[in-house]
Amino acid sequence: MDFDIFLQILIAAVAAGTPFVYAALGELITEKSGVLNLGVEGMMLVGAISGFIAMAKTGSLLVAVFVGMSAGALLSGIFAVLTLTLMANQVASGLALTIFGVGLSAFLGLEYTSIALPGVPEINLPLLAKIPVIGKLFFSFDILIYCSGLLFMAVSWFLYKSKAGLVLRGIGEAPKSAHALGYNVIKIRYMAVLFGGAMAGLGGVYLSVAYTPMWVEGMVAGRGWVSLALVVFATWRPARVMFGAYFFGAITIAQFHIQGFGFDIPAQLLSMMPYIATIIVLVLISRNQNTIRLNSPASLGITYHPDNQ
Amino acid sequence: MLLSLGANPLSGYATMFTAAFGSLEGFSETTVKSIPLLLVGVGICIAFRANVINIGGEGQMVMGALLATAVALAFPAFPSFMLIPMVLMAGAVGGAFWGAIAGALKAYFNVSEILSTIMLNIVAVQFMNFLLRGPMIDPAEIERGTGIPQTMRLSENADLPILLEGMRMHLGVLVALLVAVGAYFLLWRTAIGFRIRSVGYNPDASRYAGISVPKNVTSALAFSGAMAGIAGAILVFGSESHRMVTDGGSTGFTGSAGFNGIVVALLAGLHPLWSVPSALLFGGMLVGANALQRAAQVPSALIIALNGLIVVFVVSSEYFKQRYAQAGRVEEPDDNDNGVIVTEGGNNE
Repeated sequence: MDFDIFLQILIAAVAAGTPFVYAALGELITEKSGVLNLGVEGMMLVGAISGFIAMAKTGSLLVAVFVGMSAGALLSGIFAVLTLTLMANQVASGLALTIFGVGLSAFLGLEYTSIALPGVPEINLPLLAKIPVIGKLFFSFDILIYCSGLLFMAVSWFLYKSKAGLVLRGIGEAPKSAHALGYNVIKIRYMAVLFGGAMAGLGGVYLSVAYTPMWVEGMVAGRGWVSLALVVFATWRPARVMFGAYFFGAITIAQFHIQGFGFDIPAQLLSMMPYIATIIVLVLISRNQNTIRLNSPASLGITYHPDNQ
Repeated sequence: MLLSLGANPLSGYATMFTAAFGSLEGFSETTVKSIPLLLVGVGICIAFRANVINIGGEGQMVMGALLATAVALAFPAFPSFMLIPMVLMAGAVGGAFWGAIAGALKAYFNVSEILSTIMLNIVAVQFMNFLLRGPMIDPAEIERGTGIPQTMRLSENADLPILLEGMRMHLGVLVALLVAVGAYFLLWRTAIGFRIRSVGYNPDASRYAGISVPKNVTSALAFSGAMAGIAGAILVFGSESHRMVTDGGSTGFTGSAGFNGIVVALLAGLHPLWSVPSALLFGGMLVGANALQRAAQVPSALIIALNGLIVVFVVSSEYFKQRYAQAGRVEEPDDNDNGVIVTEGGNNE
């Protein structure tokens, strides 16, 4: 295999993995607070179309990012009201959120299906981009990819080095104790859910504005669900989320290259690959019951309300 | 929400209701739309009773339909009274197989069934696209060079008989009702059903009583998948074109019944018999939403999405009432409920 092609695949894998990075890191924070939001797919779709509309109307990436994040956060806000205030079942509400998001995004995008956007230019960092190999691999992406790297650092620092992150993790493990210590469990969970929604929205914006700058109904194509699986795969650790995101990015890209290498496999069978890989990885991770039990936030998915205890 | 789109909500709902239940034609259409919802919903009831969340209805419908179609393609000359039961069985087997994969992964490898069923949905859809573009495509499509991904007109012997002259209501309605009653008996009148419910209610106690948890989790998902598979088969053989067609995604074939069936089951309190009125309500909503789309240019996708949310409010208000009941307080949960719906409607603009 030509080294240049290999490099190209790697670069493409990073771009393909970026929506996973945003959505999965957002969901990681949500789940660390003990809330399971299955609406990622719906939030990504709504984020994608709102960001796309904003970009088409204003031409400003900043506005698009802001609108997409707000849309994702708004949708997760509905989820938060349902599950945290009204104490609805998190699984049912999350599913309904996805169904709602799929319908809403299809509706909002009716008039935008045939428009193409210019895309987001790559930024070659001065000097750094000139370094052979490494320069191309690390320093010539578009701004949203750099931001996803920053997000990773911020999330890791927040979770493991800041006091607020410690409180968040504590709430996810033992909401009762956190409440007894005087922390407002519901308020902090609200913030975690909203953050998760905003990041899912941003992941959607990346898809519709930068990765494939156009709107296609249902264009998220299961990436929201893969992001949820990634959080499990990563056993709730940010660094492993990053690895998993790029790994799945690489698998997504690989399907386009396998035919190029002369393997005669029908395209439809190839496009199953990322999803079959997800199942296999889940089997490997979940096989040992302790891996999941020891790593997942102890109160994940369980409704908590201080008045009820 | 409807107001903001320039339509009168009251007359809108009136339009929906008349279209769905106001005439025999409308009602026949409603029952046809309710079939897959009811079957998937009944399957969901069984899975949820075992504490397994089956989101794989879409994929199980597709796999059931594919196997049923393959059977119809293989034995086109069989008489109706043999071929129809055969294709329905094939649908059940295909769906059960796809459900059992997720069940076994959950039972023996501890894989979250929520994630595995979603992944299997996507795999099933790609498999359908592959088969309908390749091995199972209508030879006429290749001759003409149009290449529409669909099978040929399936054997007439497999057509589901029409129950009412000149309408679309077909045998599938009876099959679905029969399955719903059967599921009720399965859950509450047989040892299998007792084990499934017991595993869902308290796995530790079940294990102590000698009930195999993994086996019953797997069989619950297999039953659940079987019902979705029958739904898929009925969609093919009760369709007007009597072909299996793909538009590249799953919803084009299933009409999202694999997801909406979950809502049907939740609204029915996870009871197979209550799923019947619940499915009729949602089937009516689908028919009504289409009518409203024609009458008021309100996209039906949005109406369905909104109605899905409303149901969640119903479910959540249950929790709300329970919470106050537990705390021993007297409150009016209803106005809070309405208040949320109003603010939610404002969000979408």
